[in-house]
Amino acid sequence: MIVAGCDVGSLTAKAVIMRGEEILAAEIIGVRPKPEQSARDVMERALEKAHLTLKDIDYCVSTGYGREKIPFARDNISEISCHGRGAHWLIPSVRTVIDVGGQDCKVIRVDATGKLQNFIMNDKCAAGTGRFLEVMAKTLGVRLDEIGPLSLMAKNPVGITSMCSIYAQTEVVAFIAQEVDRHDLAAGITRAMAERVKSLAMRVGVEEDVVITGGVAKNIGVVKSLEGMLRVTTKKLTVDPQVMGALGGALFAREKIAPKG
Amino acid sequence: MGSLTTKVVIMKDGAVIAHHIVETGFKPDLAAESALEGALSQAGLSRGEVGYCVSTGDGGKNVSFAGKYVSQLPCLSKGSYFFVPTVRTVVDVGGNATRAISVGKEGRVLGYRLNDKCAAGGGRFFDVLAEALEVKLDDLGPLSQQSKSPLEIASQCTVFAESEVISLLNDGKDVVDIIAGVNRSIASRIASLVRNVGIKEDVVMTGGVARNIGVVKSLEEWLGVGIKMVPADPRIVGAIGASLLAGKELGEG
Repeated sequence: MIVAGCDVGSLTAKAVIMRGEEILAAEIIGVRPKPEQSARDVMERALEKAHLTLKDIDYCVSTGYGREKIPFARDNISEISCHGRGAHWLIPSVRTVIDVGGQDCKVIRVDATGKLQNFIMNDKCAAGTGRFLEVMAKTLGVRLDEIGPLSLMAKNPVGITSMCSIYAQTEVVAFIAQEVDRHDLAAGITRAMAERVKSLAMRVGVEEDVVITGGVAKNIGVVKSLEGMLRVTTKKLTVDPQVMGALGGALFAREKIAPKG
Repeated sequence: MGSLTTKVVIMKDGAVIAHHIVETGFKPDLAAESALEGALSQAGLSRGEVGYCVSTGDGGKNVSFAGKYVSQLPCLSKGSYFFVPTVRTVVDVGGNATRAISVGKEGRVLGYRLNDKCAAGGGRFFDVLAEALEVKLDDLGPLSQQSKSPLEIASQCTVFAESEVISLLNDGKDVVDIIAGVNRSIASRIASLVRNVGIKEDVVMTGGVARNIGVVKSLEEWLGVGIKMVPADPRIVGAIGASLLAGKELGEG
């Protein structure tokens, strides 16, 4: 029995293929102009990696912002449920999943069985999402993946007071004009980012164990700041945190064809 | 002194005799100096001939030549009252903040609502969007008037609206319809702030965004009332209010 999950987000598309308890492939690509195309391309990549064809997939569940437009998916499930399910499968003790994606941020509470209990989402404001970091990386003139490591070398992180990404960008530009050290800038940015995520998390409450999923989980600076602010140590995932939604999709697909009990 | 522009107004005997606007930039003290120099040379005056100066605005406390600092709210309402004595509500949409002010007798401030936390709803939104659309800021108003079917802009956030507008352009949508949609969407944000403070006529609009005819017209639609414009550059109304207050310090008015 081979199942797949396909997660088409705002910036990236991910696919996970599973057989039994084994992940055969997990792939990530940048999105194409149309969600169908993103889904096809990322699935093709994952299939190639697993030495399979689309016909070998018994069931596929799609998720993410483009989930209703995936022709080869037999069902679609919200990314909130999928992230919860994926994280819970890897770490059964997880109770809080903080998913920070390209254009939104969700804090998801699950029970001991991995079932969704409560969640909160920000998809209206770029602050506290991956987009904030993108805007800031561009302003600093560094790659997105450089911000985290740079921030770890800061001596005096700057304080960014604006909530709004646009106003925060102006603050950073002013700091650059004052020739502030870029490590201190990077640390100010990751802290500001963590601050927004924290305020969202506080609104649903944080119970351990906590995991961070989504692309921003790869930013060590944001993760460290957030851990400090929430006074928790997040559990590290053994698979790429960005494919958690797709993994959850594959797990749901598995249940669809072999229901529990 | 605003976040984006710094304005100096010189008044004599109850009339504006000169004004000058410069960009604030990152050196506010220099901006204040150059705005003052510009206004003085226009008026043909020297610094010593200015009786008193009141500063206002975000950077108003950095103005070394001012005798006193007063917050924007009384300056904006006094300035609006100077031109429109029947004013009861001032809507000021500046670079980094939007204010709705309820005005009482003789231009007194009765209450206000402020948005300075989010760029959507303020002038910065238009800077970002004009750049994305590759249109001059000053053309946003006139171009929007050519639109027959304004598009709906779903995003509230400036960053997300920028992406939305770029994808609308890529989809081949008409740029004038996009601009009209952008103006309408911001006008609706401004309108909710005004509703919060209470809509009382006459409504006067000030600040740089008042120069965007598309926003003014949309705001009139959302509020269901006409908006009075001042017979001067709407960006200098705060500075006019400040100079009226300076006159008071000297026992005038």
